Amino acid sequence: MDPLDAIKSTFFQECDEQLAELESGLLKIEDGEHDPEIVNAVFRAVHSIKGGAAAFGFEDLVEFVHVFETTLDLLRSNALTSTPAVTKTLLRASDVLTDLVRAVRENSSVGNSAVEAIREELSALCRTSPNWKDSEEDIVVPDFTPVQISLDAIFDEGPVEAAPVFVIRFTPKCSLYAKANEALRLIRELGELGEMTVECNMDDVPLLTELDPEGAYLSWTLHLRTNEPAGRIFEVFEFVKEDCDLDISAADVEELLSELRTSLGPGPEEPHSEALPADRPSTDHVPARANGKESPGDQATPSEEQRKGDPPAGAPQPTIRVDLEKIDRLVNLVGELVINQAVLSQRVSEAGLSRASSLMIGLDELEQLTRNIQDSVMAIRAQPVKPVFQRMSRTVREIATLTGKSVRLVMDGEGTEVDKTVIERLTDPLTHMIRNAVDHGLESPEARVAAGKPEEGLLRLCAKHRSGRIVIEVSDDGAGINRKRVREVAVSKGLVPKDAAMTDDEIDNLIFLPGFSTTATASSISGRGVGMDVVKKAIQALGGRISISSTPGRGSTFSMSLPLTLAVLDGMVVSVAKQTFVVPLTAIIETLQPRTESVHSLGGKARVIATRNAFIPLLDIGAILGYRTEEIDPITQVALLVESGSGAKLALLVDAIQGQRQVVIKSLEANYGHVRGIAAATILGDGRVALIVDVDAIMNALRSDSSNADAAPLAAE
Amino acid sequence: MSVTVLTIDDSRTMREMLLLALSDAGFTVVQAEDGVHGLEVLETVKPDVIVTDINMPRMDGFGLIEEVRRHRQHRAVPILVLTTEGDDQKKDRARRAGATGWIIKPFHPVKLVDAIRRVAS
Repeated sequence: MDPLDAIKSTFFQECDEQLAELESGLLKIEDGEHDPEIVNAVFRAVHSIKGGAAAFGFEDLVEFVHVFETTLDLLRSNALTSTPAVTKTLLRASDVLTDLVRAVRENSSVGNSAVEAIREELSALCRTSPNWKDSEEDIVVPDFTPVQISLDAIFDEGPVEAAPVFVIRFTPKCSLYAKANEALRLIRELGELGEMTVECNMDDVPLLTELDPEGAYLSWTLHLRTNEPAGRIFEVFEFVKEDCDLDISAADVEELLSELRTSLGPGPEEPHSEALPADRPSTDHVPARANGKESPGDQATPSEEQRKGDPPAGAPQPTIRVDLEKIDRLVNLVGELVINQAVLSQRVSEAGLSRASSLMIGLDELEQLTRNIQDSVMAIRAQPVKPVFQRMSRTVREIATLTGKSVRLVMDGEGTEVDKTVIERLTDPLTHMIRNAVDHGLESPEARVAAGKPEEGLLRLCAKHRSGRIVIEVSDDGAGINRKRVREVAVSKGLVPKDAAMTDDEIDNLIFLPGFSTTATASSISGRGVGMDVVKKAIQALGGRISISSTPGRGSTFSMSLPLTLAVLDGMVVSVAKQTFVVPLTAIIETLQPRTESVHSLGGKARVIATRNAFIPLLDIGAILGYRTEEIDPITQVALLVESGSGAKLALLVDAIQGQRQVVIKSLEANYGHVRGIAAATILGDGRVALIVDVDAIMNALRSDSSNADAAPLAAE
Repeated sequence: MSVTVLTIDDSRTMREMLLLALSDAGFTVVQAEDGVHGLEVLETVKPDVIVTDINMPRMDGFGLIEEVRRHRQHRAVPILVLTTEGDDQKKDRARRAGATGWIIKPFHPVKLVDAIRRVAS
């Protein structure tokens, strides 16, 4: 990769981090935290984005960020107070900034009006500040093009006959040396411009006894004959012009130079390509800026105090960035190691060695170590859920605005870590749940007040580890599930029988059924024709489970439980037609021993099993996957009651259950090709390959093939 | 003899840019992420020039410059600050703190290298 492209990709990565930092800081400010370091961090985040954006010439981005930065700078210097209105604007600006960054990265564009609107709001905020300097161009037209002082244009008009001689009187102050500048180096540099004579004035050098080793006693008079423009001479002294007395003169350009000196004072450096107009505005600028320095806008004291007083807040942990591909390779290799270790253990124990033999003890230790390695490697892929959570705060803001509700989002456990892929695929379902909670869960402010609750709704998003899984909860303090209504809807849509006896919990969970939606017309916010069934499907696709609990008048809690990694899977190992299969544990509801009286034939090969007042289709997994054609007697078998992502249930017949095991997932697609009905493969302890059954795919295939009684077997060799 | 430059910037993007420009010019580059880190690095490295950003967590550029100028061993090392065009307040503060010179961001690699050569003795 081109090194610049690599840096660009670093820049975008860093942007993501800075944007997250920005948002979390603004949220803390919104919550009323007053630590100046938060404002500083927020400012730095924006400043940093500006620096990179300018380096890559992303003009649109720079222009916006500059206004944003100016506003934050005022906030930082307490020239602007963080009222709720101000923080709201800043939060929206951070959303726009996120969009702009994404637009630049994807080379697309963002609606100009939105950017324009928020920029106008920021500018308006700046104007309310007492520290606001009335120079419009500072805000609207940033100019970050590096401008170097070079006055070539003035001098380059026509060839100069004989090179002019400049007389330079140079008297360094001791501050010049204190800043690690050196008179000698400057003089040498000057000498490179042309022919030079040097006179050193040593009159001021005191006696040795009175000499301060860090004092400045020498001055120089230099005669430089050069064709270089006068600007070059000033450039040599650019860094030290405040730390020395400098007088540059030349007979023929005396007048022009005195003008130059004015322009090269502490004022802004002017673009060089135009001739200098007689009435230069820069002289007016200088005093204005000088006054600004003394104003309360100067941040020297607070930041210094903080630096010394506070312990280093958020000291960065040393980190190393690694290609994801390398980690995946490692995960894969460790998977192999786990399998090999299991094979080895099994072989050795088959050889009939005593468990107390030193070989077996060594193997046990190896197993322990292998597990530890596996856990550590998985931990590398793990990332905190924080970025996803933070994205949710934006979703909440957007929907709160759309619905006219007032919502406070409280997050907990953002540091909880889970596999990167899980995190990536969590965003959509979580967004949907949040939308749902604000739109349907929370009442309108009026209704809340009427119910004796605070006007502002509370939404809680929390993550925690529980028994090897991550549990994410979305809870609101809204009205809770209207069970009567849910039941009515479910009955009217034919999802449950009219007289079905259901517990409160069962009623609540009806909302996950496909095609269920309580609002007559799907609202544009949480509706979108998508129900909670899609959320459930997405969660189940990740090997997760979702459930809801609700208290009328007090609110609802959605709870998702997800695996920490997608590289291993908890599975039920079963044998079917002399083959070994793994069925994901998350799909299995229960196992049954079919009895003659519970199995009913529907004619042909079709059979159902009666369990818990329901008839569930009963199928032989061996037949479905094409391993046997002969019919088997269900009574001799074990049935696994499984549930698909869409909530459909099925009883799968297997010959026997071998046990429950954590298996390392090996992609079939990567090594062989996609096989319908099979999700992946794994290698068991005895070295045999076992296929992992894709319950959803089986169920979908059966549904679409249901018209065709003699459907072709799925997996077929 | 190779010139060693210590670059201090909290932005990874900027650090990588500096690294690219400076190592291309044949300088030895040592990096730090903020002022505090910079001072830690100075315990073991003796740079010929320090290039530092101003806005950084923990210890900003001004703080770093003051610390270095008070440092027994490193007080004479030239320090260039990275600043944006027209930010005269910052330039002034940096100068008062003891900065040797400054580099305007975004910098042109050639200008950056030039500026470093000018102050490196």
